[in-house]
Amino acid sequence: MGRIQLKKVQKKFGDVEVIPPLDLEIEDGEFVVFVGPSGCGKSTLLRLIAGLEDTTSGNIEIDGKDATDLPPSKRRLAMVFQSYALYPHMSVRKNIAFPMRMAKVSKEEQDKRIEAAAKALNLTDYLDRKPGQLSGGQRQRVAIGRAIVREPSAFLFDEPLSNLDAALRVGMRMEISELHKKLDTTMVYVTHDQVEAMTMADKIVVLQAGVIEQVGSPLELYHTPRNVFVAGFIGSPKMNLMDGSEAAKHNATTIGVRPEHIEVSTSAGEWQGTVGVAEHLGSDTFIHIHGVAGCDPMTVRASGDVAVKHGDTVYLTPDASQIHKFGADGLRIS
Amino acid sequence: MARAVSTKTKSFNTAIAGTLGFLMFFPILWIVILSLKTEENAIRAPLEVLFGSGWTTESFSTVQARSDYFKHFSNSVIISVGSTFLGLLIAIPAAWSMAFVPSKHTKNILMWMLSTKMLPPVGVLVPIYLIFRDFQLLDTRIGLTIVLTLINLPIIVWMLYTYFREIPGEILEAARMDGASLRDEVLYVLTPMAIPGIASTILLNIILAWNEAFWTINLTAANAAPLTAFITSYSSPEGLFYAKLSAASVMAIAPILIMGWFSQKQLVRGLTFGAVK
Amino acid sequence: MATKASRSAARLMISPAVILLLGWMLVPLCMTIYFSFLYYNLLQPGATPFAGWDNYYWFITDPSFKDSIYNTLALVGGVLCITVFGGLGAALLLDKPMFAQGFIRILVIAPFFVMPTVSALVWKNMFMNPVNGIFGRIVTGMGFPPIDFFGQYPLASIIFIVSWMWLPFATLILLTALQSLDQEQLEAAEMDGANWWNRFFFIMLPHLARAITVVILIQTIFLLSVFAEILVTTNGGPGTATTNLTYLIYVSSLLQFDVGMGSAGGVIAIILANIVAIFLMRMIGKNLDA
Repeated sequence: MGRIQLKKVQKKFGDVEVIPPLDLEIEDGEFVVFVGPSGCGKSTLLRLIAGLEDTTSGNIEIDGKDATDLPPSKRRLAMVFQSYALYPHMSVRKNIAFPMRMAKVSKEEQDKRIEAAAKALNLTDYLDRKPGQLSGGQRQRVAIGRAIVREPSAFLFDEPLSNLDAALRVGMRMEISELHKKLDTTMVYVTHDQVEAMTMADKIVVLQAGVIEQVGSPLELYHTPRNVFVAGFIGSPKMNLMDGSEAAKHNATTIGVRPEHIEVSTSAGEWQGTVGVAEHLGSDTFIHIHGVAGCDPMTVRASGDVAVKHGDTVYLTPDASQIHKFGADGLRIS
Repeated sequence: MARAVSTKTKSFNTAIAGTLGFLMFFPILWIVILSLKTEENAIRAPLEVLFGSGWTTESFSTVQARSDYFKHFSNSVIISVGSTFLGLLIAIPAAWSMAFVPSKHTKNILMWMLSTKMLPPVGVLVPIYLIFRDFQLLDTRIGLTIVLTLINLPIIVWMLYTYFREIPGEILEAARMDGASLRDEVLYVLTPMAIPGIASTILLNIILAWNEAFWTINLTAANAAPLTAFITSYSSPEGLFYAKLSAASVMAIAPILIMGWFSQKQLVRGLTFGAVK
Repeated sequence: MATKASRSAARLMISPAVILLLGWMLVPLCMTIYFSFLYYNLLQPGATPFAGWDNYYWFITDPSFKDSIYNTLALVGGVLCITVFGGLGAALLLDKPMFAQGFIRILVIAPFFVMPTVSALVWKNMFMNPVNGIFGRIVTGMGFPPIDFFGQYPLASIIFIVSWMWLPFATLILLTALQSLDQEQLEAAEMDGANWWNRFFFIMLPHLARAITVVILIQTIFLLSVFAEILVTTNGGPGTATTNLTYLIYVSSLLQFDVGMGSAGGVIAIILANIVAIFLMRMIGKNLDA
């Protein structure tokens, strides 16, 4: 259970085609992340799977059965919303119980599942509080608890960590990943944060303007991005992209090399430039360099602390084996 | 961030504002005083009224004995509460659909509904009067309730719409994902969350219906007349009547004054149609 | 969220309100327009022949029509002046720091909740009556002759009463708008060297412009229909001194039973109100887009 197939799924809002016909396979038990810039259609795609929006054309199959015309309540999916969407007038216990109440689960079974979920999510002490009395992270967990007790075929997450502060985000990321390993249920997760995507996903779906740019494992996307967009989107800091004469040297329209694949030296190197801003984090140094033909600024990541400052002249040498080449159509040249 | 203001300034402001408040409220205060005096004493010079003798509560009972005040009072209650309840029945579904399933026509429909409130009642006085006459609705509480429902429906719909819009749509979607049918969603999630908004709307509508003074006067006679119409009988009285008028007035306005105290915010929301926040 | 299922449910749920209001608007409106073109008097049963524009012609050329228009404009204009300026002043005053602000606010707002028939009668009898009213008593006590407000200045008296009732509304709206003004803007202006008048004129007033416009438009719509206050105090008199358009139509329709004329008047009143309504709807529409 938990296998989701999208076949030629298209979505228009009025005359605007937000998602052109699209195919996608999600295997049972996979952790799939939809990632892309704002407005790329990732949330819309999630809502189509959930049944909160109708498809304009195309089919959605869940576990081999056509679910395209089924309302959300009948698709056996659970969703965790960005704003958690907890029922403010109900206690945590009642919030978590609600889906079971709707499914007419027996009272003993309800209590059993609530206890189990509360224990797994550290909510046992908060069961009688109302959402208004909880912190962001706690509310997040209640939302997850409410989803778990449904025992769905798949979990849908819509940017669940966006409203948390940075430290909490890292912690919750790990908790969700652990939850996935424990439950072994399909999870479809939407985020604009590519770090979340890279760390949590079995499979990443990169979207732009409703079009799937690439589907693959995190490392596949990192090592072999299919086109310029994916190359520039995955990886932080962004890959350095250059066109023009430098690219022509490699028989390509555009070449790209990641900041971590460039050597920096104060004496000699292939390219020369002037340091704009140097960020010293102690563990790494991120240097932004101006004046390199075709890529301004160029970002370089160096290990440890490198003593350069604004105005210094530096020389850069890329690792030749790590240069990505792209043709005039933006696609990868092997 | 307000700067700390001296007590002297605050006292000065309080004095001026207090004077304004006193002046505005004085007529109401005065009729409360007059309602507690005998007729002979109610027409004396102000200082004599305040400090002289002749305090009594007889006016309140006289008003009831002379004119079956209680019947008119209950008419007011019936039509205010009735039209509010009827209005809610029609407006809650309408506001729900406009707030949660908006279409490209929603804004226009809402604006059109508001525009019906701007129709001057006198423009349809004749046909309504004739229709009521022909259907034997003149001087009936039912007829009046129907009219009041219709004239205030735009405001009820509008207010509920604004309150529903403040409910995050995602919570209703979560209910849907949790397996709730439409009925479950409205019953278990929407209504409990909307109760404060619904209460405010009820309050405002009762006030508007209670004080309505065009249809209630023109469509009623002895039987269904609410307080607004009944009080007009004091415009050509015989003999001394200040104390009785005061007593009748105090009883007529007291409930609404109390409700009004609680509904200032709702007033702004309901009567400016959102043009002022 | 919009799916097929919820969209059809929504259409169903909105239809009662739409149908009822449509009926409420269209049926009487069409009847009014229809009657306005007939000779139709309830006291003369029988045929109601076509009248063409006669009703309109007679209604407009009747001298009381001119008076009613003048009185309507005077009433609306007078009340607007008093309530807008007064409301502005009261709002500025109530916005200041003071003790018992909530209580004082209630005192100022109270008149709006008094039903029009009560206000009018209380003012006319307890205050403005030259013999027994408070004003008369105070003035005679000081040795001056009392003013017969409703005898000598009937329209002004009504304007005064209606203003007393609506001043709280204007105050409340303007106060709400004033309180939404960011204090920091005013502080920045002070740092920039602006005195109180500058701050009022260049920052507060523009911020309030929208609210003032709303107050004017909404009050105008309701003030065009002032009725009860005139009915219980003067019955439109003496003569037509306090007859506004609404009262004139009432007289024609329910006192003279001239349905045709009354309907013609009604159509005119509707057109007048529509002009104001168009402006108001534009403002509301802009806000709904927000």
